[in-house]
Amino acid sequence: MTREEIKQADNIVATKPRLLNDNTMHYCPGCSHGVVHKLVAEVIEEMGAEHIAIGIAPVGCAVMAYNYLDIDWIEAAHGRAPAIATAAKRLNPSRLVFTYQGDGDLAAIGTAETIHAANRGENIAIIFINNGIYGMTGGQMAPTTLEGQVTSTTPYGRRVELNGYPLKISELLAMLDGTCYVTRQSVHTAASVRKAKKALRKAFENSMAGRGTSVVEVVSTCNSGWKMTPAKANEWMEEHMFAKYPIGDLKDTTADQ
Amino acid sequence: MESITYMEDEVKLMKGNEAVAHAAIRYGVDGYFGYPITPQSEILETLEELMPWESTGMVVLQAESEIAAINMVYGGAATGKACMTSSSSPGISLKQEGISYIAAGELPALIVNCMRGGPGLGTIQPSQADYFQATKGGGHGDYHLIVLAPASVQEMADFVGLGFDLAFKYRNPVMMLADGIVGQMMEKVVLPPMRPRRTDEEIAQQCPWAVTGRPEGRKPNIMTTLELDPVAMERNNIRLQETYRRISENEVRFEEHCTDDCEYLIVAFGSVARICQKAMEEARERGLKVGILRPITLWPFPTEEVKRLSKKVKAILVVELNAGQMIEDVRLSLEDRVPVHHYGRMGGIVMDPADVLEALNNIIE
Amino acid sequence: MKEEIIIAGFGGQGVLSMGKILAYAGLMDGLEVTWMPAYGPEQRGGTANVTVILSDAPISSPVLNTYDTAVILNQQSLDKFESKVKPGGTLIYDPYSIHHAPTRTDIKIYPVDAMEATFELPSSKAYNMVLLGSLLKIRNLLPVEAVMKGLKKTLPERHHHLLPINKDAILKGMELPKP
Repeated sequence: MTREEIKQADNIVATKPRLLNDNTMHYCPGCSHGVVHKLVAEVIEEMGAEHIAIGIAPVGCAVMAYNYLDIDWIEAAHGRAPAIATAAKRLNPSRLVFTYQGDGDLAAIGTAETIHAANRGENIAIIFINNGIYGMTGGQMAPTTLEGQVTSTTPYGRRVELNGYPLKISELLAMLDGTCYVTRQSVHTAASVRKAKKALRKAFENSMAGRGTSVVEVVSTCNSGWKMTPAKANEWMEEHMFAKYPIGDLKDTTADQ
Repeated sequence: MESITYMEDEVKLMKGNEAVAHAAIRYGVDGYFGYPITPQSEILETLEELMPWESTGMVVLQAESEIAAINMVYGGAATGKACMTSSSSPGISLKQEGISYIAAGELPALIVNCMRGGPGLGTIQPSQADYFQATKGGGHGDYHLIVLAPASVQEMADFVGLGFDLAFKYRNPVMMLADGIVGQMMEKVVLPPMRPRRTDEEIAQQCPWAVTGRPEGRKPNIMTTLELDPVAMERNNIRLQETYRRISENEVRFEEHCTDDCEYLIVAFGSVARICQKAMEEARERGLKVGILRPITLWPFPTEEVKRLSKKVKAILVVELNAGQMIEDVRLSLEDRVPVHHYGRMGGIVMDPADVLEALNNIIE
Repeated sequence: MKEEIIIAGFGGQGVLSMGKILAYAGLMDGLEVTWMPAYGPEQRGGTANVTVILSDAPISSPVLNTYDTAVILNQQSLDKFESKVKPGGTLIYDPYSIHHAPTRTDIKIYPVDAMEATFELPSSKAYNMVLLGSLLKIRNLLPVEAVMKGLKKTLPERHHHLLPINKDAILKGMELPKP
């Protein structure tokens, strides 16, 4: 069979979403970003929302998310995505506005913007990739780095006396009256990918229905930063990350809606 | 006087800060994002009191910080909306990162700085010590803001519209560099007429770059200031510099008093120019031929006009509420052909006309 | 016509609003006006002052070093501004809160018992209006009608029922200065 013969329509069992373009992703093999990007593209496509979607990209590994999803984007200064999303949504209430942020962006430098956007109940969706490390700058400690975890700025492991505790920011956000839906997901198995997609869809629908702020945390791997094979990183995540950041809904005030 | 011809009800008495708020609504501004700081809090307070979201649909939001406020402006401006923020010196320092992004993104926006004395937390009294920050960059990277310096409550109102017109014309942020005097004083003002806010259709037409959600058939609009390829990044810089060149050629604004026969020239901006004007009046009564050049745009600076006037004066006195900042631009305009002196007060102390007169006498002697 | 006025006293005595009403009255009378407060913490309990300029020509500096008229409500302000009145100018003060009377002989000095007069009025808040009345009488700056118009502009509508009380206070103040 030639390559062209295989590509016949009858043979296709899976295809990438239309909104995900052909640009080569800069993400490391094994990284969770690619999967989440694909899910975001699928959900926007299925909602028929590409003409109203405005994504706010962070500073971090996903800084160039705008290169991969064919929707309109604003690239934010480090940590400021929720402030930018606030204005984009308030000035354009008919638009689907979401941020896509990492743990350093959302839970360190952008903590104030995150908490206050959520506390105002901005009708936006916040997608939060938590891999416990700064990927883009070369594996430094993040606010969500686990106790004892080795990074380039905690070469002997994160010490609570020095660095404080891993920050459970989603639990914090769930406490705020402005959030309607806070959930923690992962994308390391086929089943978890399906659940994460449902969560994203729900978050997007919440923001279009004006229910307040939705937060979808995706506990993710950074096999490069963690210095593990992708398979090993998944195992390590299940064993260590899930212990600190358990998967599941933290808050859902929209359950009946 | 022109203003007398207006109907009584159209002539208002208000503070410069209040005038900014009224003018913003009347211009059809889409979004204001602010954070309280003296001496400019009346802008946010007046907007909240006037509730423009009920009349024009304007969004007014008190942000959690100056940093959030400027990034809200960045976000709103990226969607093609007319957005503004205001603050005073320490808050403007916090906004510099966002201002650099707005300049890099070639986004129209208006930033009002009602200056107070610094450095640090400083004082809440008037100052002009942010001249360098406003005209030479402030944030990182090679960029310029168009800087307008109002000297009256009327100009604080008028420069909202002028500021946005210039910002959209050149796709470049504009700073209104006011101070605690014009912000806090009340005087007569004729507010600009009401204009409707632009519709989404007009924005899509006038701002094809705006991030509005991608209609079928158009490529994604991406507002980013990141460009890792140095060749492309240099190209971006060259494009910005070309914009600055066009602005410098076309948008220099200044005002002159009694410069036709002057032997001594005072250069001063904003409220200080008015203090100097009174000193000039008194000096002329004593037979001293004094004139005033008031730059209205601090960037672009009226270099050519300073040069022209310098050819006929014996000396120039630059008067500022700082230790000597605009004087550098005056000196650069002259190539040292004429002696240039500085008189300034700092830390929130405001000179009075007698102080200026004394400084003038000192240079004449 | 040009009148450069400083009004100075304690924060809370209505110094700023007295200046505001005066400025508005000037506006109603077709004059150019500026109102420049010493703002900030001074507004809250400390000393407060405001410079008001009324003129039939455009006004240059809103900041002044000397004044045609000073209206002084406390000792600190007298100490600060007595020397700043132009020769031949006018100093109006309320002896109620003054321990050391002004001493200059090259200016016209008018003590007015505004506080005492206010005690006889239904509201102590009208103190600044009494002083305003005295100022208007002494300097003959503006017609009372312009001042009432200015007052109406500065008072929120919900307080318009207080207009008659204020007018009474102004008229009372106009009776106080002794020729």
